[in-house]
Amino acid sequence: MHGFANPARFLRIARWATPLCLLLGLALATWALVWGVFFAPADTLQGDTVRIVYLHVPTAWLGMGGWSAIAIASFTEIVWRHPLAGIAARAVALPGAVFTALCLITGSIWGRPAWGTWWVWDGRLTSMLVLLFLYFGYMALDAAARGSQQAGQGQSRITAIFGLVGAVNIPVIHYSVTWWNSLHQPPSITMGKSAMAADFLVPLLIATVGFSLIFGGIVMARMRTILADEQAEARLRRKAMRAQAPGAGEAW
Amino acid sequence: MTETFDQWQFVIAAYALGGATTLGLAAYSWLAMRRAEARRDKVREG
Repeated sequence: MHGFANPARFLRIARWATPLCLLLGLALATWALVWGVFFAPADTLQGDTVRIVYLHVPTAWLGMGGWSAIAIASFTEIVWRHPLAGIAARAVALPGAVFTALCLITGSIWGRPAWGTWWVWDGRLTSMLVLLFLYFGYMALDAAARGSQQAGQGQSRITAIFGLVGAVNIPVIHYSVTWWNSLHQPPSITMGKSAMAADFLVPLLIATVGFSLIFGGIVMARMRTILADEQAEARLRRKAMRAQAPGAGEAW
Repeated sequence: MTETFDQWQFVIAAYALGGATTLGLAAYSWLAMRRAEARRDKVREG
């Protein structure tokens, strides 16, 4: 595993994997959404609004999956001090926040015709909103930590600690519909079994794979952006140092 | 009194928002990456 944490090796893989994930993901997600809108049946109780599930469930999965990835990367950064793990966590934060926001908004749009209300303060919706605020907090903390790092105050692990602590909310989101009374339905898909008919399940799974690939492509693109920026900044700093003290070495 | 909804309006709104946001984020991330890598290469050459 440590071998893959090498930035040069990562860049070699990401160079072809980034466009592949994005294009394959877009193709699969488009296929699944067209299937969901035009070919999947309407639900007996919910009618056509059930078609929002093909968008809502993948975004919920990626919102939660994104923070799980941040927690794993943060743990790796703290324990093994891998710089690439910290970069991965930073890269996940924005798409994680965007997909969490999409989950909340599409859920709200679904809730109005299905439940008769845009929003209720129940366990599932509230814990998902808390996740969105955690993402915002993580990004703000990361920006502040990098600011102080650039100001020469040393490298901060505070963002990685926040990433780990915030993971407490993930099981709360998952079990909220079983712990508390909720308008939100209980999980339809659990390990190895599904309460959904195949007519709904197959396009939903394809949409989930498609959006996950898009998410992966976006994260890799953002990691490459952070790495390129850091390499350019390091080169510019060395140039400035060489201009002041001739004879400084090359690292990148 | 019972409210009646055109369910398709909700479906279209959700899909339009989801599709546009996902495409926008993917395009923004790709273009930012291309820009950052071009800047790094320029700094390396210069």
